[in-house]
Amino acid sequence: MKNPIGNLNKVFDSRIRMGVMSILLMNEEVSFNDLKQLLELTDGNLASHLINLEENAFIKVHKGFIGRKTNTTYSITKSGEKAFKDHLEGLENIIRGVNKS
Amino acid sequence: MAAQGNSQSSAEQSLETLQDIKRIMERSSRFISLSGLSGVSAGICALVGAYFAHSMIYRYQHYAGTESLSPEMFSAEGRNVFEWHMIGLAIAVLVAALLTSTLFTWRKASKNQLPIWDHASKKLAINMAIPLAAGGVFVIGLLDHGGWNYVAPACLVFYGLALVNASKYTLTDIRYLGLLEIALGCFCMYFPHEGLYFWTGGFGILHIIYGLIMWWKYERK
Repeated sequence: MKNPIGNLNKVFDSRIRMGVMSILLMNEEVSFNDLKQLLELTDGNLASHLINLEENAFIKVHKGFIGRKTNTTYSITKSGEKAFKDHLEGLENIIRGVNKS
Repeated sequence: MAAQGNSQSSAEQSLETLQDIKRIMERSSRFISLSGLSGVSAGICALVGAYFAHSMIYRYQHYAGTESLSPEMFSAEGRNVFEWHMIGLAIAVLVAALLTSTLFTWRKASKNQLPIWDHASKKLAINMAIPLAAGGVFVIGLLDHGGWNYVAPACLVFYGLALVNASKYTLTDIRYLGLLEIALGCFCMYFPHEGLYFWTGGFGILHIIYGLIMWWKYERK
């Protein structure tokens, strides 16, 4: 029997990383603070997950300034979009597989 | 049996995950706390404002001793005072409508424990402000050039465009309200002396009807 969760991407196992990808798929560019507010996280917690996604080249980081304050924004990469959509398809297939049997 | 149970629970988990994703996507891109009661309260403010405007126009006509609506007939000084009263009334209506509609939306957001000023509402505000600011400048230009007759259609058309633009960032239903306002504004261009009635219809009655429909559709318990 084929492994039902074989198509799922391990990177997106974490609810936080999944949340970040969901937001970035819908919005071109989102700031660190907006991500923090949307996902109700602390700075440190969110930062470590963003670094992980960046290392996998799923998201791009843009460092900018508003006045003197740093304003870091994030956007999804082509490969990130593909990986996340494949992951969603994997989830859908699991649900369909159950309905069939 | 065990395998069956396993795949059942992993399917349930997947479904839950997908629903979470859908919820996050929606929340991050659309401002869903917009309350129908905000539309109703803005509409009531517009109706009250229109009533005052109507009686001011009536009194002014009597004072000027003419039944004609053409402002060129009146003394320059009397006209000036009247115009400033009308502008003051318009600003008061705008402020009252904004305050009451923000109150109801704030109430709905806090009931659902959602922030009122977040990524989605910022995008909504910016995209609504662009056509509204253009409309505001345009209407000031009209007033400067004595185009009072075209203030109501210009307000309706620019407000309608703002709603159509904003519908990408909040409940999609406001797109239809926007299209109706635009149509009403265009129609009003050909009835320049009935501007107040069109204005009352667009900002008062349409808002109240739209607000009640939205309340019925999304907030009724």
